Amino acid sequence: MSSTDAAGNVKTVIGGHRSRTSALLLLLHMRTFVALILVFTFFAIAAPNFLTMGNMLIISKHVALNALLAIGMTFVIIAGGIDLSVGSIVGLCAMVAGYLVLYGIDLGFLGLAYSIQFNTIEICMIVLVVGIFIGWINGLLITKLNVAPFIATLGTLYVARGAALLFSEGRTFPNLAGNPEYGSDTFRIIGSGTLLGLPVSVWIMVAVALIAAYLATRTPLGRHIYAVGGNERGAALSGVRVDRIKLFVYMFSGLCAAFVGLIISSQLQASHPATGETFELNAIAAAVLGGTSMSGGRGRIAGTIVGAFVIGILADGLIMMGVSSFWQTVIKGLVIIAAVVVDQVQQKLQARVVLQQNAN
Amino acid sequence: MSDASDEAHPIGLKIRNGSKIYPGTQALKDVDFDLRMGAVNVLVGENGAGKSTLMKVIAGVEQLNGGTIELDGVEVTFADKSDAAKHGVGIVFQELNLFPNLTVAENIFVGHEKTRGGIHIDRRAQRAAAAALMKRLEQDIDPNAPLGNLRIGQQQIVEIAKALAENARILILDEPTSALSATEVEVLFRVINDLKKQGVGIVYISHRLEELIRIGDYITVLRDGAITGSRSMQGVDIPWIVANMIGSASKDFPKTVGHDMGGEVFRVENICLPSPAGGYAVDHMSLSVREGEIVGLYGLMGAGRSELLECIMAQHPNSSGQLFISGKPLKERSVAGRIRRGLALIPEDRKRDGLVQIMTIRENLTLSSLADFTRGFHLSLKAEATKAAEFVKRMAIKIASLEHPVSSLSGGNQQKVVIGKALMTRPKILLMDEPSRGIDIGAKAEIFRTMRKLAADGLGILFVTSDLEEVLALSDRILVMANGRLTGQFPAGASAADVVSAATPNLNKVELS
Repeated sequence: MSSTDAAGNVKTVIGGHRSRTSALLLLLHMRTFVALILVFTFFAIAAPNFLTMGNMLIISKHVALNALLAIGMTFVIIAGGIDLSVGSIVGLCAMVAGYLVLYGIDLGFLGLAYSIQFNTIEICMIVLVVGIFIGWINGLLITKLNVAPFIATLGTLYVARGAALLFSEGRTFPNLAGNPEYGSDTFRIIGSGTLLGLPVSVWIMVAVALIAAYLATRTPLGRHIYAVGGNERGAALSGVRVDRIKLFVYMFSGLCAAFVGLIISSQLQASHPATGETFELNAIAAAVLGGTSMSGGRGRIAGTIVGAFVIGILADGLIMMGVSSFWQTVIKGLVIIAAVVVDQVQQKLQARVVLQQNAN
Repeated sequence: MSDASDEAHPIGLKIRNGSKIYPGTQALKDVDFDLRMGAVNVLVGENGAGKSTLMKVIAGVEQLNGGTIELDGVEVTFADKSDAAKHGVGIVFQELNLFPNLTVAENIFVGHEKTRGGIHIDRRAQRAAAAALMKRLEQDIDPNAPLGNLRIGQQQIVEIAKALAENARILILDEPTSALSATEVEVLFRVINDLKKQGVGIVYISHRLEELIRIGDYITVLRDGAITGSRSMQGVDIPWIVANMIGSASKDFPKTVGHDMGGEVFRVENICLPSPAGGYAVDHMSLSVREGEIVGLYGLMGAGRSELLECIMAQHPNSSGQLFISGKPLKERSVAGRIRRGLALIPEDRKRDGLVQIMTIRENLTLSSLADFTRGFHLSLKAEATKAAEFVKRMAIKIASLEHPVSSLSGGNQQKVVIGKALMTRPKILLMDEPSRGIDIGAKAEIFRTMRKLAADGLGILFVTSDLEEVLALSDRILVMANGRLTGQFPAGASAADVVSAATPNLNKVELS
């Protein structure tokens, strides 16, 4: 029979290299982690002061911001979409936070002569709702009006950035120290406080990452996100409520961006309307580096976090070595391309191994 | 007799002992085929009988594993489709390969543009040549018109012109009338007659038997990859064709298990779906299914069968009509809601609609019933894996591991995963769209046995097929659809000829116009 022939051939070809193939496969599977160890070791040796506690904290603060955005982005990409608006949502949320800290809400437009002031918790809630709201708009455009995700979120990228500029007419909101009278003087803790020696922003990232990883792997919602990205029609016919899933991922991405907006404005004690420009690209890069497939259906939160660390360590390490920022940009691009190429190699190898196992 | 036909219609292309083997199946077995020039050579057979394979071999899309092809008495091998085109063989696929955004002339010359110096496209020459072709086909189609503006019948003419532009002397038409209106069919038949007179040898494939008898000069019937009948069309009638298509020895269909049917479990009333081409794709369809009953819905391509199932599964928001499950109206507008009420669909296109290819076997099996393993938010992976393993065993799915991607399975095993997924939702009615498409004979028989067993357990099954033998052997009751309407209803054991003629009611209309 021809089929046994074919199977036999496959066996003889691969059989000799089987252990090597599976070792290689494992290595490829862990590639982001391997890359992390490589860049870490490299800079630990090549860059003086890289291994100091202070530097580690700085890097982790930088990484937390990108990782937060990348977590939201990972869900969106797994569901088969893309969210270009996150950087602008960061900017808008920073401006909203700054405005609330400085002015509260002036009720003059209602003919009343006083304004409402908020404490830190209330400010955070409002800002997070703003982020979720913009994500909801993205989701509505994409599900109800059938706008392509790229275009819909490109639109909200501009609208949200414009809104951020309008908020202060392009100026910076300075001195966000808050007011003890209103209970907003604790606002600075989000960006510069520490808990058990780690920055609060890192704790926020860890919490969001754990929740996201749980959602992705241990809930029907997570499974449905993968299904929608893997085959939208097939998922719909299996009873998955595709529109709801899409709404969720964009709202979640908006929420993550709002966190970042809060953290940055608190860290700097100021809100600038250009905050977050091009952050969306770094977030996409971290997700892709972490093994998320741009065609949807594939990706892991843990991978994304590691991806964000690779990008963050690469950026800070190169700065410490005094490499020009132009070269940094080139290197970041090369790393992303290499990640995707390796991903393709792994896919091919994996498919071959599975086929072979089935033949046995 | 053979001398006379040799003179009038010389053999242009000859296949001797042609065989074609795909992994797992033999699509063609020692086929001897004569293609006569200046005549319509009709090819007929059930789905999977080997018609498409034979046609692809002639057009160079596939190559024979054994046997020879002779063109005008000289042995040839076609490396690919363009090689065959160079030898004068053109093919018009059922799915038109045209570009709606380009003009008629650009479509005709796509891939072999008329150029000056190999770079500059000579639009004027292309337009002139396209106009000449349209004249030859006696069509009033403007070469400058964007193709997207043409009716589907005119697009088909453009596809034929495309083949003729490459000097096709042999033209293969695969189900050319499946999307055409009655008048468009008349136009096509006139074109075919003209081409015949110009000496073109035509291979014509269709399921519409009356049409074949009307247009054909020679007929070849295929069954299971072998030729079971080949002769001049004179004296051929539908019973002869059906007999050769199906044969006397039936395939391995499970015999009806004697069991009592329960009461009506599912009823649809007046389902209507407007068609984008005007009229209705599904036209006031009503039917009912009893517990434990297998209802076979037979119809030709484009009869509206799949659309009906899609309406039932809430895929067409602008459809109308009422659905009842166990007598209670079904008001849910979402797929999830309908699944909850006891409907389950096995879609026709497994790859596109049935499975999420990059997910694992386990994840695909449980995709519709995750709620069963969830408490609050938490999904119990253990309970899920146990259930998935149970269904793998129950459906006898051959797998190495539950965690492999479902795409690594064979077609038959993939289909079992789709069925397993549907059954896991504990449906009362199973809707199956072409459940045996694209799977090998062994897996087919297994799927059929599964259907029988499920019916014996009290499940109502409505299955759609364009395989005559399948609908005759499996159904407790046979419904026939044509043009979106119910055109026939037969008990088990109905004759093939009755079912076929119910499925092609527009023959008379064709002759009238």
